[in-house]
Amino acid sequence: MSWMVWTMPTAIFFSAIAAMLAGMTVWEIVSPTIERKGFLPISTTRGDRLFVGLLSAAFIHLGVIGYTSLSIWLALAASLVWLLVLMRWG
Amino acid sequence: MSYQLENTQQGEKYNTIFSRTTPAKRRKRNARSRLRSRVLLGIYLLLMILPIYWLLNMSLQTNSEILGSMTMWPENLTFDNYIGIFTDSSWYMGYVNSIAYVLMNMLITICVALPAAYAFSRYSFIGDKHLFFWLLTNLMAPPAVFLLPYFQLYYSVGLFDTHIAVALAHCLFNIPLAIWILEGFMSSVPKEIDETAYIDGYSFPKFFVKIFIPMIRSGIGVTLFFLFMFSWVELLLARTLTATEAQPIGMIMTRTSTASGIDWGTLAAAGVLTILPGILVVYFVRNHIAKGFALGRT
Amino acid sequence: MNKVYNNRAWLLVLPMLILVSFSAIVPLMTVVNYSVQDVLGPNASFFTGTEWFKTMLNDPELQAAFLRQILFSFTILAIQIPLGIGIALIMPKSGWQASAVLILITLPLLIPWNVVGSIWQIFTRGDIGLMGWGLRQMGVDYNITRDGTDAWLTIILMDVWHWTPLVAMLCYSGLRSIPDAYYQAARIDRASKWAVFRYIQLPKLTNVLVIAVLLRFMHSFMIYAEPFVLTGGGPGSSTTFLSQSLTTMAVGQQDLGPSAAFSLIYFLVILLVSWVFYTTIMNMQKDKNSQGGA
Repeated sequence: MSWMVWTMPTAIFFSAIAAMLAGMTVWEIVSPTIERKGFLPISTTRGDRLFVGLLSAAFIHLGVIGYTSLSIWLALAASLVWLLVLMRWG
Repeated sequence: MSYQLENTQQGEKYNTIFSRTTPAKRRKRNARSRLRSRVLLGIYLLLMILPIYWLLNMSLQTNSEILGSMTMWPENLTFDNYIGIFTDSSWYMGYVNSIAYVLMNMLITICVALPAAYAFSRYSFIGDKHLFFWLLTNLMAPPAVFLLPYFQLYYSVGLFDTHIAVALAHCLFNIPLAIWILEGFMSSVPKEIDETAYIDGYSFPKFFVKIFIPMIRSGIGVTLFFLFMFSWVELLLARTLTATEAQPIGMIMTRTSTASGIDWGTLAAAGVLTILPGILVVYFVRNHIAKGFALGRT
Repeated sequence: MNKVYNNRAWLLVLPMLILVSFSAIVPLMTVVNYSVQDVLGPNASFFTGTEWFKTMLNDPELQAAFLRQILFSFTILAIQIPLGIGIALIMPKSGWQASAVLILITLPLLIPWNVVGSIWQIFTRGDIGLMGWGLRQMGVDYNITRDGTDAWLTIILMDVWHWTPLVAMLCYSGLRSIPDAYYQAARIDRASKWAVFRYIQLPKLTNVLVIAVLLRFMHSFMIYAEPFVLTGGGPGSSTTFLSQSLTTMAVGQQDLGPSAAFSLIYFLVILLVSWVFYTTIMNMQKDKNSQGGA
């Protein structure tokens, strides 16, 4: 496995993603999602909103890293807020 | 659509009453428009064949004739280029290698894709839509992204420079494609067939092999055609994962350019030989191919 | 079709999942790991954080390659989609001619991509290629190794030659699914050819056209072997597309960190575009189903 050159931040990143997937599965089993329409132009399930949130978070990070000198933690905070908004009202 | 007429003759009569053009005139016009479309199609096919014809033309010439003068067809017909390829094991082994990994890939892919496609077409389960989308993203992931990790992954598990390595790597885009096509074909088989079979006491594996697979035969044929096509034409991954033992023909073809110039005749002959398996495969599925191209969804 | 809710279906999906994960997830994780480090050797790497991403996003050469890529993808879509529809409309519908035309038309799709490059390399050479020689005889100063415009036009021509058959075949299969009764009704209404196309054939084609646009966009976005063999990205870097910049960087220069960061950005763009397309297709099918049920 040494050729995969793991680092602590990437390990945390993938653990977080795995935990999210596991969490969503458990949540789905406990209370199945109902498709609904929020402020997004399409009707979405919980999983769809999570995906949209994560994808847009990736682009937020890219934008902050590439074209501003802001801290990456700011991007992370903004993404988390956006993700919560999306999950609640999306 | 309630007013539509089922019968053409009725329509014909309707037309003769209300239309100013006589049927004879109209038939003539139809014939003319059909002729025009045939001519257009002919021109397109001609232009399409031209580059391939040129390759064939060059493969039947000696290098001195190729470089010497512009000839529209081989004036001194020679098969030396082909003979050269078929008598040199380092050349023809390239074809054997390519065919070997393509066949392995087709076998592996169809075996795992059939049950998965059945699951997608008949059941809903937690995360099914997201799983399906994830599969499709693999179809779209550019192989260039994965090149180096692939090399290291297969190197570290000891599969580097084997046919199975290329076959497994091509699964990345072939399995999603196979599932996508097969799911379309399977969804057009009515569900009552499954239910009747289960009531008749068939177990799932028995039903699947004995009843279901024969019913989607043409779909499987078309799927195999697509698997062949995408595995046969891919070079980037195949080239990265092989060195000497399992080198694909596409890579061996680069040997024709040496310091003393390019061996055009051999290059052309090798190129022609890579087209032949495709023609053979498309001939077998010609009657189902139109449906398969819409991924079973028309 | 109403699907049965049953989580045991996961068992049927499992073998496929293991295989694809082996090929997709492990390499993807490795790419992510590379992208935050300066990898010098098996046991020598330094954590660099987000530096590579910053460099890649601001690299003028890559930005140029990206713009070229977009331009290329949209150009070939604008040519191939109408041309493919046109060819599908004039293809014979039945008989031995239909089979023969089908086999001929599919031919370019079954040629290995690097051989496609070789075919066009030979075909367009000024000394031994029919097209290059012919154009020179007509007095056109045609040279793809020196003139960037010639190289561009040739690559577009090659891609049109190579991939229009796919669009044509998709449309052909869409057209075959229109019942004859529709055409008869149109004949009775004395509809013009254009009206038949606009109100009968085109609506039926939308489904396959979305598939065609999706496949063509994705494939053109990762085009590598054909331009690599034909022009090698040149003259200069006028025909260097994204995949080639990436491969040169990763394999040629062994810059693992930057090329991994670049791969991820590339992958995110692809992911976004495919998600938009996929959602569109799914919503279209949903609309159709709800209309059918009503």
